[in-house]
Amino acid sequence: MLGSDAILRSLEAEGVDVVFGIPGGAILPLYDAFARGTTVRHVLARHEQGAGHMAEGYARATGRVGVAIATSGPGVTNLVTPIADAWMDSTPLVCITGQVRSSLIGTDAFQETDATGITLPIVKHSWLVQDVEELPHVLKAAFHVARSGRCGPVLVDVAKDVQEAEIEYAYPPRVDLPGWRPPAGVHPRQVREAAAAMLAASRPVLYVGGGAINGDACDELGELAETGGIPVITTLMAKGAFPDSHELCYGPPGMHGSKWANWGLNRADVIVAVGARFDDRVTGKLSAFAPGAKVIHFDVDAAEIGKLRHADIPVAGPLKLALAELTEELRRQAGPGHPGPVAWRQQLDEWREAFPYRYAADGDYLKPQAVLETLRDLTAARDDVVWTTGVGQHQMWAMQYLVCDRPRTFVTSGGLGTMGYGLPAAIGVKAARPDATVVCVDGDGCFQMTCQELATSVLEGLPIVVVIVNNGWLGMVRQWQEMFYDERFSQTHLTHQVPDYAQLAEAYGAAGFTVDSEDDLESVLEEALACGRTAVVDARCDPAEKVFPMIPAGAAATDVIEFPEEEAVQA
Amino acid sequence: MTHTVSVLVENKPGALARVSNMFARRGFNIESLAVGPTERHDVSRITLTVRCPAEQLEQIEKQMHKLVNVLRVSTLEAGEAVERELALVRVAAAPAKRAELMTLADVFGARIADLGPEEMVFEVVGTPERLQAFEELLRPHGLKEMARTGRIGLARASVPSTPRPQHVLR
Repeated sequence: MLGSDAILRSLEAEGVDVVFGIPGGAILPLYDAFARGTTVRHVLARHEQGAGHMAEGYARATGRVGVAIATSGPGVTNLVTPIADAWMDSTPLVCITGQVRSSLIGTDAFQETDATGITLPIVKHSWLVQDVEELPHVLKAAFHVARSGRCGPVLVDVAKDVQEAEIEYAYPPRVDLPGWRPPAGVHPRQVREAAAAMLAASRPVLYVGGGAINGDACDELGELAETGGIPVITTLMAKGAFPDSHELCYGPPGMHGSKWANWGLNRADVIVAVGARFDDRVTGKLSAFAPGAKVIHFDVDAAEIGKLRHADIPVAGPLKLALAELTEELRRQAGPGHPGPVAWRQQLDEWREAFPYRYAADGDYLKPQAVLETLRDLTAARDDVVWTTGVGQHQMWAMQYLVCDRPRTFVTSGGLGTMGYGLPAAIGVKAARPDATVVCVDGDGCFQMTCQELATSVLEGLPIVVVIVNNGWLGMVRQWQEMFYDERFSQTHLTHQVPDYAQLAEAYGAAGFTVDSEDDLESVLEEALACGRTAVVDARCDPAEKVFPMIPAGAAATDVIEFPEEEAVQA
Repeated sequence: MTHTVSVLVENKPGALARVSNMFARRGFNIESLAVGPTERHDVSRITLTVRCPAEQLEQIEKQMHKLVNVLRVSTLEAGEAVERELALVRVAAAPAKRAELMTLADVFGARIADLGPEEMVFEVVGTPERLQAFEELLRPHGLKEMARTGRIGLARASVPSTPRPQHVLR
């Protein structure tokens, strides 16, 4: 068979059911192979960035490896953003790109770019395939590397002549990667020490990051938290890793996290970090972060342990196994009837009671928080909802107000902060899970960065709902300009009206809705959720609304700016 | 503090680029770098020297270990390793000065690699410190040009008390 067919047979062997991509010159032979037949469904994106985020959404919703396909040159440079996004959020991704013919590599040929070079700092590994015999081995290795250890993106760049070359195809049964050995187990002594430190603590917290979801360790996490009665603080990337509505869940810490979670994390005497990386958006000023806490750090990536915060007890290994062993050890050391840190939980509950998320419903404008609350309430009875978001204010309100009780139901761009992520990610989620109710909570700035993918959604027949929290501004930037740049609103005004999002949606063949008052909010959202088509809701909101609480960049995490008290009404 | 890190990598295209890119991307500075074959045709050795605190060295080792082409990362501790470097030095050598230069070279075990009417080229092998000393002594004579390989190193054979004289990650 041809190299191009070998690629598809390899994808089939890996159990890939959907891929996302756009054809072009150097990848034409692979697309010819699609025409010859395959069980792999190809979703045709309108921009390679869209294809990449779709593959990420697919991966985050399922835990399987997402696959994006692009041509050489601008095809692969357009994929750079999703690759960087997947790198920062540890999303398993295999990108297959066409490259110019082997004989032309290095000559600045038409649409030639050094794909492996450009992506070098943002992939776990990459391959430039110039020999068709290597192709099945490389693909086998690519999937293995993407999903083993700490998940992440890989790139397979395939010269056009390799796609056209004849090969005796056989998919290798195993990979041969002598240098790739992610840890398979954990050190029992460190697990014993961790359990002892947790039992000795009076103010322990579990600080959980996206690694818990990537490591398929959410059941084990739940077991651990309940066994020890330990409060769980979940980062943006970990939303849903532990049920938001569980009494031990104290939600997100960080720049726009709750006061109770930040105080809990910073006043803990033992922090058990689970697949979290002490990101600056969580810690604030690192030197002032949780000064009294002993840190136990669980991560499958040893390089994360001690990278930013010294770990008193480092435990490198797969989280699923590590947390199961830790729970076992905790049970053994605690004996029956151990009450856990009861007084500490009461303290956290008091803080939660005293400092809830607040906003003022002052009547002039629809409030963005009300949009999120209404969405939350309308979907409360469903257990099939997957949320995606863009990046900015709406994302933070989504984090604060939505309730996610299951892993892989909150799909967002955390580390890279990629505006435009939400819509294509939602398409990827829906393609992977046609049974799910998929809602993208987006900003108006974000939506305009990838809204061409409405065409993809409509033509693929994917009934996703995009709710644009439209404040007419690049809202988060506006918030910083208001608070830290003396209200000099430089180049942040987008307007509520241009474009008319409902008309834009209709032009793409989607259902368009506009709402600008709280009176109509529920009925419009209900209609959009029920319409069975791709739908866009333009919710025109208060342009001046800011996200609170807020820890200013570089400030200590305990120096939280609250919502101005006098205007406050309880949310 | 200066550390010598010895990295065994698969002899594959791009392996060196991946290692050096990791340094650049994470803001680590490489002081010297030497790459060459090993006893295995499919394995190359990269010897790096870096000046950094111990915590940063640990981070460097861990990050390098994550690279798919990297087989082993070892830090060569001072006193537990044999370290050598080669330098070629072109120096002004008028006939009247040659005897003095050759005496100097003799002390350092340097060889004359080439000789011209007004200049000569020395070849010298030794520890980086020794090469440094040789360079300083030649400088007043008119050092024209110099090329150094960067240091390479191996764990000592004569330290039987340490079963694994190199610090090996995993």
